[in-house]
Amino acid sequence: MDTKRTTFNNRLLPYLLLAPQLAITLIFFIWPAAQAVKSSFEREDPFGFSTVFVGLAHYQQLLADPNYLDSLWRTAVFAVSVTLLSMVLGLAFAAAVDRLTRTSKVYTTLLVWPYAVAPVVAGVLWWFLFNTSTGLLPFFLERFGILWDHDLNGTHAMILIIIAAAWKQISYNFLFFLAGLQSVPQALMEAAAIDGSGPVKRFFTISLPLLSPTTFFLFIINVNYTMFDTFPIVDATTGGGPAQATTTLVYKVYQDGYVGLNLGSSSAQSVLLMLIVMLLTFVQFRFVERRVQY
Amino acid sequence: MVENRPFLTFLTHAFLILGFVIVALPVYVAIMASTHDISTLMSGPVPLLPGSHFIENYSTILTSASAAHGLPNYSHMALNSLVMALAITVGKICISILSAFAIVYFRFPFRLLAFWIIFVTLMLPVEVRIMPTYKIVADLGMLNSWAGLTIPLIASATATFLFRQFFMTVPDELLEAARVDGAGPLKFFRDILLPLSRTNIGALCVILFIYGWVQYLWPLLVTTDPGYYTLMMGMKRMVTVQDGVIEWHLVMAGSVLAMLPPILVVVFMQRLFIRGLTETEK
Repeated sequence: MDTKRTTFNNRLLPYLLLAPQLAITLIFFIWPAAQAVKSSFEREDPFGFSTVFVGLAHYQQLLADPNYLDSLWRTAVFAVSVTLLSMVLGLAFAAAVDRLTRTSKVYTTLLVWPYAVAPVVAGVLWWFLFNTSTGLLPFFLERFGILWDHDLNGTHAMILIIIAAAWKQISYNFLFFLAGLQSVPQALMEAAAIDGSGPVKRFFTISLPLLSPTTFFLFIINVNYTMFDTFPIVDATTGGGPAQATTTLVYKVYQDGYVGLNLGSSSAQSVLLMLIVMLLTFVQFRFVERRVQY
Repeated sequence: MVENRPFLTFLTHAFLILGFVIVALPVYVAIMASTHDISTLMSGPVPLLPGSHFIENYSTILTSASAAHGLPNYSHMALNSLVMALAITVGKICISILSAFAIVYFRFPFRLLAFWIIFVTLMLPVEVRIMPTYKIVADLGMLNSWAGLTIPLIASATATFLFRQFFMTVPDELLEAARVDGAGPLKFFRDILLPLSRTNIGALCVILFIYGWVQYLWPLLVTTDPGYYTLMMGMKRMVTVQDGVIEWHLVMAGSVLAMLPPILVVVFMQRLFIRGLTETEK
């Protein structure tokens, strides 16, 4: 990794400059992570007097626990649905705004602000819209013969958090897709138009393939977002229910550890989550490097 | 635009307007609901036109509503949110710009190690290490304190990388000229790097302010004293009622007020916001 051609040659100063960042990282990031790894191999007695090394027992228990596997599966469904929904809508809005010239700024402003809405507020707003006694949407759904009840129906609860989580993320995807579309060379578009391909064909044969690096990047970012940043949506609305139907992996770590005080299992879950984030980060950075050359 | 297709342009406008209506729907409904009283809301689907209880609801939420849930005053929680968001913003920018300066402008043993330690924070979001981080904060006696609420959140790999990348594009000649003129590292940093970084700092401020304002899990873990509750905690408390009905008219008024500051920041500082978002890449 490079520095400048010329550098300062103070001995102590760089360490002093780095000290606050490194101290916080070591104390609040790396040390707790190491503790999580350590206690995932240990069992503590109920009074916290002694701990015994139990090896991989917690992991074996987790991977044999239908509740955990269930939560893993639900998180995957949640992440993929939110990612697809918010990316498709973001791309559609970006493609539309990209077609316009004078009004594109206005539409951008109209579409970016949901990014600033807190996840917990987003959750509460959609929860209210879907509320069985006061909400607007169940009232309409009833006309189509659907009796909406996210307090009892797990699928309904899942749809609720998918919509709330995707809604917040559309603006992020929109901005990145718009930036990508605006960097597609105009000459390509003109050449294709002269050769007689219409806007739809141009979108699918030129814009979309050229957007594939952006698409891939956004896919990773969105999966990451859905897995880790949607905790407030779940906590404030469904609370993981009904019957675990919306218990994501992160929510389960919180419930088992902070609420249920099952340290060993919660730590093992933390470690598995860390592995997932590491994998996602690794893929993301491998890719970002390649994107620079693109 | 490559060619003129009036009908397609019309469709584009129609699609975007429809899209905006759908995206804005939950917020519109929230605003409408916040102008009705609870009996109107409970008697059927939310009216889509404003009611007559606007002033009443908003003055209730600002004065007495939160006390009923054992919460501090709404303005107190708003102030807490503001302090937390600003402390996180300023803290992250300060420590990141200093570490980027050290990494780019000095050569010293363990430089690469320092870089990797900072990088690792990307892989350890608080969500994956809830219990052990809570324990550390508790052991350090930082539960229910401003230090506990903000300091663990201000380490930032993305901000450090952004500044590093920017410093790499600053011409070497500037440093050489400064050294010829006898400027030390701190003078160079203050008089040359800092002014040059203004736009980047501005862009980061917008992103980080939103990040700080919407924090939820961390305050939930480290504060049990309602005096430290932020608006986000208050929202959660107001919708978790054991028995009886949720006071939707007040919850919606509270939501509208709670989302207003970051939305205004995004709308009025849109250029900086987009720059910050696309350059930090999360």
